[in-house]
Amino acid sequence: MAMMPAKFLRTAFNTLAVLSFVLLSVLHAGQVRAATLVIGLAADVSSLDPHFLNVASNVAMSSHFFDTLVTTDADGKLIPALAESWRTLSPTVWEFKLRKDVKFQDGSPLTADDVVFSLERPATILNSPGPFTPYVKQIVSRQIMDAHTLRLTTAQPYGPLLLDLSSIFIVSKKAAQGKTTEDFNTGRALIGTGPFRFVKFQRGERIEAVRNEYYWGPRPVWDKVTFRILTAEPARLAALLSGQVDLIEGAPPADLPRLRKDARFRLEQRPSWRTLFLQLDHARDASPDITDNNGKPLGRNPLKDLRVRRALSKAIQRQALTERTLEGLGIPAANLVAPGILGHNDNLRPEAYDPEGARRLLAEAGWPNGFGLTLHGPNNRYINDDQILQTIAQFFSRIGIKTRVETLPLSVYFGRLRNADFSIGLLGWGSLAGDVAAKTLVGTPDPAIGWGSWNWGRYSNPRVDGLIRDALATTDPSRRRRLAQAADTAALEDLAMIPLHHEIATWAMRRNLRYPPRIDEFTFAWQVRPE
Amino acid sequence: MTTFLLRRLGHGLFVLLAMALLVFIAVYAIGNPVDLLVDPQADAADRARAIHALGLDQSLPRQFVAYLGHALRGDLGNSFVYGTPALSLIMERLPATLELAGTALFVAILAGLPLGLWAGTRQGPIRQIIDGLSLLGFSLPTFWSGLLLILIFAVTLGWLPPGGRGETHVLYGISLSIFTPDGWRHLILPASTLALFNTALLVRLVTRGTADGLTQEYARYAKARGLPPGQVLTGHVLPNILIPVITVLGLEFGSTIAFAVVTETLFGWPGMGKLLIDAIGTLDRPVIVAYLLVTTTLFVTINLGVDLLYMILDPRVRLGNSHG
Amino acid sequence: MASIKPLAWPRIAWLPLAALVFAALIAPWLAPQNPYDLVTLDLLDARLPPGSHAGTGTLTYLLGSDEQGRDMLSAILYGLRISLVVGLAGSGGGALLGVPLGLIAAQVGGRIDGLIMRIADLQLSFPALLLALVLLALLGPGLGKVVLALIAVQWAYFARSTRATALVELGKDYITAARGLGLNPLRISLRHILPNCLPPLLTLLPLQIAAAINLEATLSFLGLGAPVTEPSLGLLMANGFQYLLAGQYWISIYPGIALLGTIMGIHIATGRRGAEYT
Repeated sequence: MAMMPAKFLRTAFNTLAVLSFVLLSVLHAGQVRAATLVIGLAADVSSLDPHFLNVASNVAMSSHFFDTLVTTDADGKLIPALAESWRTLSPTVWEFKLRKDVKFQDGSPLTADDVVFSLERPATILNSPGPFTPYVKQIVSRQIMDAHTLRLTTAQPYGPLLLDLSSIFIVSKKAAQGKTTEDFNTGRALIGTGPFRFVKFQRGERIEAVRNEYYWGPRPVWDKVTFRILTAEPARLAALLSGQVDLIEGAPPADLPRLRKDARFRLEQRPSWRTLFLQLDHARDASPDITDNNGKPLGRNPLKDLRVRRALSKAIQRQALTERTLEGLGIPAANLVAPGILGHNDNLRPEAYDPEGARRLLAEAGWPNGFGLTLHGPNNRYINDDQILQTIAQFFSRIGIKTRVETLPLSVYFGRLRNADFSIGLLGWGSLAGDVAAKTLVGTPDPAIGWGSWNWGRYSNPRVDGLIRDALATTDPSRRRRLAQAADTAALEDLAMIPLHHEIATWAMRRNLRYPPRIDEFTFAWQVRPE
Repeated sequence: MTTFLLRRLGHGLFVLLAMALLVFIAVYAIGNPVDLLVDPQADAADRARAIHALGLDQSLPRQFVAYLGHALRGDLGNSFVYGTPALSLIMERLPATLELAGTALFVAILAGLPLGLWAGTRQGPIRQIIDGLSLLGFSLPTFWSGLLLILIFAVTLGWLPPGGRGETHVLYGISLSIFTPDGWRHLILPASTLALFNTALLVRLVTRGTADGLTQEYARYAKARGLPPGQVLTGHVLPNILIPVITVLGLEFGSTIAFAVVTETLFGWPGMGKLLIDAIGTLDRPVIVAYLLVTTTLFVTINLGVDLLYMILDPRVRLGNSHG
Repeated sequence: MASIKPLAWPRIAWLPLAALVFAALIAPWLAPQNPYDLVTLDLLDARLPPGSHAGTGTLTYLLGSDEQGRDMLSAILYGLRISLVVGLAGSGGGALLGVPLGLIAAQVGGRIDGLIMRIADLQLSFPALLLALVLLALLGPGLGKVVLALIAVQWAYFARSTRATALVELGKDYITAARGLGLNPLRISLRHILPNCLPPLLTLLPLQIAAAINLEATLSFLGLGAPVTEPSLGLLMANGFQYLLAGQYWISIYPGIALLGTIMGIHIATGRRGAEYT
């Protein structure tokens, strides 16, 4: 007993010596680079089952292993993928021709049978909180004409069918039949036609893949790709700076100036599909967050008055917001959807900053001394979201509206927002179709048909509703584009919501790599190229 | 002894059950995970279907009873977000957290024990300075000391990465990063951050124990016998300090795991604390409950272990009939 | 404890804390800017380093400005108030709940004692941070909720300490005599037992306040504390974190020094210096 501590101490000091040696060698460790591509992802991938959970990070990862019938290019335009062509036989019947040269990663050929199986599979996954069923429920019948021809019938004429199909991944029927989500995570059922083949999935840490030699498209330049999950911004940035990863998505805004100056790295940027706007309470007379200047409930809802909505919009200095608060990671918005997206109206201009005009409009509407207001929003959902709200509160305060800000964790915020617990809420929306976005955000709420499911403020405008309905039922692309544009413009002229900005997505990479930035913010390994 | 063990086990089970119930109700009350995850284009039927599939349409007591039934069979439910068993998710992340907490404890002992012994033999300014430093260690909020370390070692000096986990090495199916130089580069900062509080605690405890011990009869006797001061210290004083040191470190292990939540969030360390924060963000109830059950089990087991160790080290302690 | 010498200058030991509290009290007169009045903030002055002059007006940002153009010195002074108030309210509330429960447990004994102490044990066997985290995830954010969570994690310390002292007092002869005389138990409790419980409580309270301030900062850092327009010290530090790597250290570091000063100030002032801090 008496000797034990002495021995212990000696061991401890020995260990200390060893440890300091390790420490020194660690500090001088060189940077090892494998001959593969390593990508740092900003969001966790929760499952490799492509039909389990519809969140962006999962969809982006599935795109490496699987293909869809139709897909979208970097600008969000629909382009052929597994289906080489399609046509409408009638407003409700669509015929798709499959490519004949496509093989799955196990060498078996792709047939219409696999497609039908894949279209039916989302409905069989019962424990998903975010299922893919909304994308296939318009399809009432699936008909196999021959091994490479397929007919789909919708209940009514339905314009966004191709867009919906771009979200449904085609799996191998042979490999996936009777398999569970877990079988995809282990790789057993994970057989697709995509550019990469699955190797390893270490949840929360990394995913490894190798090139699919059977791939039907252009041969990917990378033999091996490793995706590292680096959700914390400092960790992601550090991994890039130290050379442990070659490319990161979601480069941290505060560090962009420094990356720009560093000759070792390159930034790729473009406006993303996500538009941020303020949603307003249009329906209630006594709105929860609106008070008089002494903090007493008001009993009247100024937001119902278009002049007040206009005043709020004029009070916002969008240029300063995007340049300062967003550090350049946004462009002032006048639209509901991003530039280039179906429904975007190029003729709309962002509301000019005009505090005098705003004050005048407020006075005209009967609020010369303003009122009290609390803005609500999430923290850590959008780029600098809580700071955006504070900045808007600054702007509103300058036209005499006493503004407070309350931000909530996402888990609480979305639930309470949809429950209409607020008067004004910050929301960001990424969409590839202006009519679908309008249906959800400003269409008169009707749970039975899925209209207005995020229109908690109960904006309701028969003209807008009519235009949305017509656009959705139009299968002719250019006619649908005009109708969607008219619908969105009508809602925006009425300030159904106050648009703020379109986000700008940023990738940072080694100087000798190139990546064509995508509007949907996805990071696709096969599109990364050495210069 | 047996009575003591049984009583402690009973108490442990009670703690587990109470924790499960509290957390279950808590998370149930917060909100609906379906609102967060379901596709925005979904209609009422899609939502209802998802809610039903997750069992969220049943009454709270019914859900809890069903949950307990499954829990007894070792099934803590599937994560809403991952679609896989919550328990295995926690277990996948447990090694990273234990590695971090274990290294932190190791660093604390390595730094705290010698420093405390040294300070205990001194009087005057050195004792005062070490005393002051340990006070600083107590007062620093964990996340801020981590922030400072990042600023100094990652931003200013550029020696160490500011976050993430390094290269891992799989041993018996568990991937650990303590076997690779890259792993250590990433481990040093978060482990030191987490170690700070325990180091300060240990310094204080050992300083006091040493100073007290040196004035005791047995130490004076050993000195009188002509033993060199070093041997008096390691041979006679230290064994007497070890008992409280082990007890306190055992008790502190709980908060070390708890503060690992902060350290992991700060450094982006992919442990179970990070998983917990993410799960709170997405209302992934099965994961939150499973996390708390796993940590509670850990605490109960460790407390029991500390008590047993205490009995072995100090036979005077009779836990079976101790009172109050 | 006896072997550790008290500070050489016990008379001035409370000075640092007193200075901080005083600065917090007169913050509205001391601060160059009212950081809660959004009209006075200028976005164009965002993230200026310490010593910069405002683009318009005469203000100098002695400790720099944050991402909203808020003067850091003012934000720290106001944040200090919030941290102090939350710490006081949390621990004070914990004492107000815990002390009576401890007295009741000691005096009534039996099942009530068992129940109260069981709950206290249950709670103490769980790290305060985890408990507060789960509670706040349930209650939602907001300073009032933080105070509630602090009360919930701190009452047990007070209940346990009170019960222990009270049991010692209850065993003394004069209490037995007083009981024999048929004095009202409530009167015994308030007149005789409570005063004797106060000294240990008064040493416990400052330590708990320090712990509460620390906990609030940590919760704010995790995004579950104060509202963004009225930031506490912890939230200021959390907000500055994302700019730290880019070298804009002042947003995060200066509030941290204020927080550290406060917590250390409490320890120094009470002379306990964290020795019982486990």
